[in-house]
Amino acid sequence: MSDIAERVKKIVIDHLGVDADKVVEGASFIDDLGADSLDTVELVMAFEEEFGVEIPDDAADSILTVGDAVKFIEKAQA
Amino acid sequence: MFDLTGRKALVTGATGGLGEEIARMLHKQGAVVGLHGTRVEKLEALAAELGDRVKIFPANLSDRAEVKALGEKAEAELGGVDILVNNAGITKDGLFVRMSDEDWDSVLEVNLTAVFRLTRELTHPMMRRRHGRIINITSVVGVTGNPGQTNYCASKAGMIGFSKSLAQEIATRNVTVNCVAPGFIESAMTGKLNEKQKEAILGAIPMKRMGAGSDIAAAVLYLASDEAGYVTGQTIHVNGGMAMI
Repeated sequence: MSDIAERVKKIVIDHLGVDADKVVEGASFIDDLGADSLDTVELVMAFEEEFGVEIPDDAADSILTVGDAVKFIEKAQA
Repeated sequence: MFDLTGRKALVTGATGGLGEEIARMLHKQGAVVGLHGTRVEKLEALAAELGDRVKIFPANLSDRAEVKALGEKAEAELGGVDILVNNAGITKDGLFVRMSDEDWDSVLEVNLTAVFRLTRELTHPMMRRRHGRIINITSVVGVTGNPGQTNYCASKAGMIGFSKSLAQEIATRNVTVNCVAPGFIESAMTGKLNEKQKEAILGAIPMKRMGAGSDIAAAVLYLASDEAGYVTGQTIHVNGGMAMI
């Protein structure tokens, strides 16, 4: 796993209080990890803070899984 | 009951009569209190009088950058704001047909937009901590209206709608958002009224007297307390029966 993926995973675990083994690339924040709509907003804000990137609302709407988040951040930092 | 030991509160407009009473009450119940105001000397005097557990935060609420900075500073220096009391407010009264853009804008800016901006700064950390109390001081006239105060009443009614919406958004995070709506309260503002005006006002109040700042502070204290954890999106009217809503 890349460094970014590790950091994303840690944020998700901390924020949602879920088991580490559930936080896999294809895990959906809402369907698999029990997040509500506020959680997803908070996660996006946490990613922005951690990685110093800006995630616009329309991009945020397309970040549905752990893998989506990692991909977006990798792209934004490239 | 209503013990605030360990809680950190920020009260805006703490140099005004009402804000000062609110700050005193929260402090008395054990909270660390951040006093916001525009007059540094008055803030320092009140802080000195209260003694421990007090910090002052001078800021101009009509300056948007200062509002943001106030939120950041209070959050950092108080070590997390648990209780936010949006009390600061101004009036620029005048009959509607003669109301200037400036009088409209300045009242909405301080009474409503600053509330939005400051609350936005402090809400997210509250959500993270899964605890928070946001208490907005509105007014009976925000519900009943009052001639000569279209701007003020719009801002106070706006505060109520704002509070209800935000309350619904963040209820699952244990952050409550409520309003306290004072009626006529003895203050520097009402002290300026002449006898005839006073008589007319008292005639409309079943209790035949004006309220005291401490009456409002007590309602704020309740909403700030752990005991009020199941109360959100509400407006508590404290007005001697003047309007029963």
